[in-house]
Amino acid sequence: MSGAEFWIVVLRVVLTFGLLLLVTLLNVWAERKILADMQSRIGPKRAGPFGILQTVADGLKLFFKEAVTPRKVELGMYLLAPFLAVVPAFLIFMMVPWGKPLTIGGNELALQGADLNIGLLFILAMSSLAVYSVVLAGWSSGSKYPLLGGVRATAQAISYEAAMGLAMVAVVMFTATQGDGGTLSLAEIVNRQAGTWGDVIPALEPILRFVPRWNLFPQIVAFVIFFVAIVAETNRAPFDLVEAEQEIVGFHTEYSGMRFAMFFLAEYVNIFSMCAIAATLFLGGWNGPTFDGSVPGFVSALLPTVWFLAKTYFLVFIFFWIRATLPRLRYDQLMQVGWKRLIPAALGWLVVSAAVISFRQFGSPWS
Amino acid sequence: MGLIAELIKGLRVTGGTMLRTIAGSGLVTTEYPKEMRVKPQRFHGRHVLNRYPDGMEKCIGCELCAGACPADCIYVRGMDNDPEAPTSPGERFGYVYEINMLRCIFCGLCVEACPTEAITMTHLFEFSTTNREDAVYTKETLLMERDGTVPHMFPDDELADLGELDTADGWLRATAPSGVAAYEGTLMWQGTPGPADWAPEPTQEERDRRSGEGETDG
Repeated sequence: MSGAEFWIVVLRVVLTFGLLLLVTLLNVWAERKILADMQSRIGPKRAGPFGILQTVADGLKLFFKEAVTPRKVELGMYLLAPFLAVVPAFLIFMMVPWGKPLTIGGNELALQGADLNIGLLFILAMSSLAVYSVVLAGWSSGSKYPLLGGVRATAQAISYEAAMGLAMVAVVMFTATQGDGGTLSLAEIVNRQAGTWGDVIPALEPILRFVPRWNLFPQIVAFVIFFVAIVAETNRAPFDLVEAEQEIVGFHTEYSGMRFAMFFLAEYVNIFSMCAIAATLFLGGWNGPTFDGSVPGFVSALLPTVWFLAKTYFLVFIFFWIRATLPRLRYDQLMQVGWKRLIPAALGWLVVSAAVISFRQFGSPWS
Repeated sequence: MGLIAELIKGLRVTGGTMLRTIAGSGLVTTEYPKEMRVKPQRFHGRHVLNRYPDGMEKCIGCELCAGACPADCIYVRGMDNDPEAPTSPGERFGYVYEINMLRCIFCGLCVEACPTEAITMTHLFEFSTTNREDAVYTKETLLMERDGTVPHMFPDDELADLGELDTADGWLRATAPSGVAAYEGTLMWQGTPGPADWAPEPTQEERDRRSGEGETDG
């Protein structure tokens, strides 16, 4: 690896990391502000313009607070759990391409932490690892409410990860038909969503010319299943049984100070990265009009990032909207939605799209 | 399908509320302390011990307020008036008068119990302290000045609104003696603590007589 290549890798990681931290700061503020608006309140307003620095203030407060260690904790696991929450959360986002690759001085700079050829598998693996932090934090706290939260997390994660994975499989199968062979790399999945559906189906070109070639349209069912599953996966309302504040306070009851802040950070990082993955898989990632030629070069270089952020924030907004609207599910309802609705729906959709794809590729079996 | 319809209905409610709030209407919170909301007339705030217009204390040290107090937060000791220079028009006066604001539940039963309307409540509700001793209000703090103003615990405080102490709650007139609460806007609502300047309400006897004559009474 030459020096330039090394520094480009460093730059990629640092840029991705910085973007993630920045949007997380904004996310916490945005959630509080949006929830306040939906509940006819004012929301944070004092710190900075429109209270935008509220998260910084809260973070500083938590940073300087004492991190109390209760007497009955299982110390090693107790100290490890916050890191287990943060590290997978950051690693997930490293897979997501958040802009069109830039060319700087002959070197190509992909705006993506790392383009693994097994990107999607890596994401599934990391999101499963993140559950360990919740379970271990709940168990190692040596207190009954966190333990309840941890137990709930186990069941919830197992049920919804299956639906999430199955929805992803449908997308991967479909993507394989859209280009040269199958792929799990997110950069390649984004590339295959460039253009409009008019380019693919020439017969309907006049109508489909304005419909972007997103996986959303052929895979709408998978998108709905995936979205419900990621809401559950990130432990957000109405699936926030893991940290149901009103009943069991949550798996992080015994955490305070910076250790609590890390769980908090991980939750919001997860929201953003999960929405980013949904936007990448279904909404075409950074694809969008760049107006090449009619606007200055740097604008068309930055526009893909703007499209990516706009799509992601649209989904993040729906997260907040749902949180402000729906009451928390009961535990049996949670299990029912997961096992009796989502997984059968995901399996059914998988069979349907597999049938359609094979029919298009090999013709009818009776011919 | 029914569930989906319900979900969309719910999302419409929250989304509509958000748009309305962004447009700047329908806010239910204010930016306290920059902006105070108007308190209801019968707001139960800090107590004040009143004086007659001639400067005499109304309290006669009877301890009925202490007896009525469900939280046991009032301590009163009476003392005989000096015949040469009486403190109150009666035989005795409140020599010691203490209210522990940490115990007080602001129910207003002391106000109701007082036979001379000596203790009333104001609209002041911001009186946090940094130590427990300061939360026990003595006669020095509770008693109004001879000119009718009420001493404030922290007059230099940024949040201190001296006007709140001049606003008596409506409890006094609304519950006595006929029990009819429809006095808003009439002279019977007295804005400030101190001597009443309203006409006495009709007594029960009078009311019975009048309703016997076929008159209707609110």
